Amino acid sequence: MSTPSPNGWGYLGEGYTLRSWLTTHDHKRIAILYMVAITAFFFLGGAAAALMRLELATPAGDVVSATTYNKLFTIHGVIMVWFFLIPSIPSVLGNFLVPLMIGARDMAFPRLNLASWYFYVVGGLFTLGALVAGGVDTGWTFYTPYSTRFSDTNVLLVLVGVFIVGFSSILTGLNIVVTVHKLRAPGLTWFRLPLFIWANYATSLILLLATPVLAMTLTLVALERLFKVGIFDPALGGDPLLFQHLFWFYSHPAVYIMILPAMGVASEIIPCFARRTVFGYRFMAYAILGIASIGFLVWGHHMFVSGQSMYAGMVFSLLSFLVAIPSAIKVFNWTATLYKGSIYFSAPMLYALGFVGLFTIGGLTGLFLASLALDVHLTDTYFVIAHFHYIMVGGSVMAYLGAIHFWWPKISGRMYPETMGRIAALTIFFGFNLTFFPQYLLGWLGMPRRYHEYPPELQVLNLFSSAGAAVLAIGYLLPLLYLGWSLFFGRRAPDNPWQATGLEWQTSSPPPQHNFEQQPRVERGPYDYQPVR
Amino acid sequence: MTTSPFDSTLERREAATLGMWAFLATEVLFFGPLFFGYVHGRLASPDAFVAGSHHMHIVLGTLNTAILMTSSLTMALGVRAARTGSGSLKTMLTLTALLGLTFLGVKGSEYWMEAKEVANASGAELQFYFLYFAMTGLHALHMTIGLGVIAWLWRHARGFGRHYHAPVEVSGLYWHFVDIVWVFLYPMFYLLERYSA
Repeated sequence: MSTPSPNGWGYLGEGYTLRSWLTTHDHKRIAILYMVAITAFFFLGGAAAALMRLELATPAGDVVSATTYNKLFTIHGVIMVWFFLIPSIPSVLGNFLVPLMIGARDMAFPRLNLASWYFYVVGGLFTLGALVAGGVDTGWTFYTPYSTRFSDTNVLLVLVGVFIVGFSSILTGLNIVVTVHKLRAPGLTWFRLPLFIWANYATSLILLLATPVLAMTLTLVALERLFKVGIFDPALGGDPLLFQHLFWFYSHPAVYIMILPAMGVASEIIPCFARRTVFGYRFMAYAILGIASIGFLVWGHHMFVSGQSMYAGMVFSLLSFLVAIPSAIKVFNWTATLYKGSIYFSAPMLYALGFVGLFTIGGLTGLFLASLALDVHLTDTYFVIAHFHYIMVGGSVMAYLGAIHFWWPKISGRMYPETMGRIAALTIFFGFNLTFFPQYLLGWLGMPRRYHEYPPELQVLNLFSSAGAAVLAIGYLLPLLYLGWSLFFGRRAPDNPWQATGLEWQTSSPPPQHNFEQQPRVERGPYDYQPVR
Repeated sequence: MTTSPFDSTLERREAATLGMWAFLATEVLFFGPLFFGYVHGRLASPDAFVAGSHHMHIVLGTLNTAILMTSSLTMALGVRAARTGSGSLKTMLTLTALLGLTFLGVKGSEYWMEAKEVANASGAELQFYFLYFAMTGLHALHMTIGLGVIAWLWRHARGFGRHYHAPVEVSGLYWHFVDIVWVFLYPMFYLLERYSA
């Protein structure tokens, strides 16, 4: 089926100059551009986190000042949310895989695709500029009126950066939506689509409908800050709750922007290494759409103690519980997929299984926070921090790394070292739990977030957490090293090293510039796996 | 360097149209917080909003509404000209652009007159003005972009015909969207004073 491309390196061999990369319209090369950029931001945001954990190793605020600490958690949040997590799977793997998985030559709008990367870079430069100019201390949430009147840091620069990077999200979302609608291979009906495609499609809808609200809200914050006329600052006749409503109208669905693609990844890896077709395919697809739509209706659960109407709080609480249903369907179905499967614990599978477990814990603790009465006790404590890190780091980052390993042969044309891959996956799993599980306990004991010092009796748990952060840092550096090594010394990858179904495995590794030598045709659904007898 | 991801111009046109609709959905939500802020402000201080509305120049606003609606008509005729090859696309684009420029001119003169009144406003009335300038300003920005797009279409008008007219069609969609936004802004700011509860 596969035809080796002329020089054997497919799209990677189409040009070696910097210019050929920076002006490419090839979705696969744009994916690589994104991968390089978000990796840099990931380690920058991670460095900020490492400094915070270093500070919190002892009760006294001795490593950095309170002001510096405020700037550290702000830059950690801003970078990790907008410059790593949101673009991670959709912009890197979505870009690379969506056309390949649906049998298309490229994304629908290749030039727009490249433009989206430049938006990302320019937004990133503004944010880095703010960092160089002295940082920002508002927290990634930019709550008013602190962000509009009181903070004397570089709020405007970061607002501009996040505004611009929003357009990168919107354009990527638009491209994926149109591509999935219009460029599917003959025979590839909606219910034959891989769940990764469903997940990225739903994510793209959220990107399209939520990101513009953030963009305008941040614009209003900037205008209020500049002209002292506004609608958020109570001293100017505004209402800070209005800001919170608008901010979370984006930022809660943003959580689903981060987790839905991760679910898509798990749904590809688990059937492949269990040699079983995914359990309840249609339910999986509907659950993705269900999460995406209910996700738009739960933002008020971030505001239970803000003074919003009690009745609004009750409705938001109920709706937040409802999201648990499609999420639980997914966890149930992944588990059922494993049942009687021929399970092979490859590195991607370890990441995927880690994802399912950590997502489950993160999701269940989310139900604690969705309960009105309990949330009063837990708001703004480390319980919240632990909860969303279980979803975003335990969930999304695990899945992102799993996906990088799973598709690494296709992306790079090289195999990664399997043993190292497994060691890294287990290190990350262990380090992650050591870092964040104690934070549940700390939050339950009442330790508030965003402080650089704490009472001495909380030191033991904080030490565990800081030690875990060190393990986690090693875990994250490992793939950077051995994947980098494999680019030059790794074994050449066959076209389909995992014997996986899916159109992306039918073309060569790495794929040629226009993906397929012949237009693929699809005659059956995805995940046509047979257990090994 | 790039081969088209599409098999036919029809496929390409369909994709472009879907892309524009998706973009317009984004645009609606981009305006969303401003509308939400308006509703919030008006519910909180209805009297100040009515008072602010008294300072609007209703004759100019109504005139502008008529101008903009007419420009939508000429734009639609332009799209038809490109699609069927009947009538002149260039003429229609020119008319649309002239109407759009007139709108911006009238709007600019309104801003000029209102700038003095803003200086005396305070409290919730100032908030009304803030929303007015933010929303009509954003609308005017969209029109300016639209005029740029029309200029581009005008330059390339010869290339469009029965087989290839996707750019004209999606630009038309955009132009109509901008007009529809104005249909909401007009009553919110100009007609508010005529409403008494």
